[in-house]
Amino acid sequence: MDGIVSLLALADSRLPAGGHAHSGGIEPAIAAGLVRDLDDLGIFLRGRVRSAGLVAAGIAAAVAHRCATADAGFWGLIDAETDARTASPAQRDASRQQGRALLRAGRAAWPAPYYDRLAATPAGPHHAVALGAVGAAAGCDPAGVAHVAGYLAISGPAAAAIRLRGFDPFAVHALLAVLTPEVEAVAAAARRSAAGAPRDLPCVTAPRLDLLAELHARSEVRLFAS
Amino acid sequence: MPLARPSTGRALRIGIGGPVGSGKTALVAALCRTLGRRLELAVVTNDIYTTEDADFLRDAGVLDPARIAAVQTGCCPHTAIRDDISANLDAVEALETTFAGLDLILVESGGDNLTATFSYGLVDRQIFVVDVSGGDKVPRKGGPGVTRADLLVINKTDLAPLVGADLGVMTSDAAAMRGELPVALTSLREEPGAPEVTAWVQKQLGEWAGR
Repeated sequence: MDGIVSLLALADSRLPAGGHAHSGGIEPAIAAGLVRDLDDLGIFLRGRVRSAGLVAAGIAAAVAHRCATADAGFWGLIDAETDARTASPAQRDASRQQGRALLRAGRAAWPAPYYDRLAATPAGPHHAVALGAVGAAAGCDPAGVAHVAGYLAISGPAAAAIRLRGFDPFAVHALLAVLTPEVEAVAAAARRSAAGAPRDLPCVTAPRLDLLAELHARSEVRLFAS
Repeated sequence: MPLARPSTGRALRIGIGGPVGSGKTALVAALCRTLGRRLELAVVTNDIYTTEDADFLRDAGVLDPARIAAVQTGCCPHTAIRDDISANLDAVEALETTFAGLDLILVESGGDNLTATFSYGLVDRQIFVVDVSGGDKVPRKGGPGVTRADLLVINKTDLAPLVGADLGVMTSDAAAMRGELPVALTSLREEPGAPEVTAWVQKQLGEWAGR
């Protein structure tokens, strides 16, 4: 796998890319009584990697595959394809917030000439787009960034669940380890679609996550940005 | 004394940190009240809930609500000001874009413990606010906030007799910990204008403008 050290840095929760403030839907899911114990958490995380994780991995891999040679039309297209796969406006906002932050980290750590074309989108690039672009600049290949996207889709909500509900962190990380084949399956699917047309990229959505995100954005009391 | 305004470049960014309930929001309100008419100000708050502190500031009427931005920290107030400053940087830069010619941006952290301090990637100076009812041993306990903040504020001096806190001990312990770095004793309840802190901020603005 190319750029493995860069992949580790990109997946590291300590990378200052805004991820710590996003719960990936865990906060509203807990508030709604959908995640009460570790079994529920496992179900949530599995569902998330197969939907949001798969979509993000697909987008990131497609971007990593093309970004060195992509024209302006591609950036507009991939932005629109990501929008189309992110039904909830609140989730689109959260994605762009984190994309902006990741791009800031990318500019600092792994400069690339094409970053300005991502930033041309008014609110900032989608997170998966930024991940593909920054990953490629850091020497990672599409499969690598797809693994990162899949892993981040579950590691973020897992960390949020620990903070919100005091789940045993050892038990939670055991859950993450059990989900390794899921992350690998998502990355494999993303690798297969990376060179194809953007409209054919994975598009599995999770209506419940979409609705929870909208409710969360309107709640009076929320500890996380999303 | 005329206030020096930064001649070029961006606004001075001052972080205000410290434990829960020490008086950070009250201090932000005091600075907005005393400086808000003469300077272009904006505020970023990091309260752990959606808009609690931001609402307090808006209700206090000390600043145009549009100049107050609230940032969520995901249960990690220290992370948002120190390890991953991206959301706060975004908020600061958005304010600078919206309000051209800002002189001063105050970033108020969510209440945390004595180890939570600001990154100098986010702020140019930081004030650490502790209060007397947190115990008179706090300065002696040290920590990066107490020892290295550009200004240490010991607030709620009016409560000292009620909580058995010895202000003399706190002052000398703070001096021992901080050497030449300044310490201000305040009672925001009795002197809501916080004159000593305001003067310190004005001095920082002068130095920032002249750099």
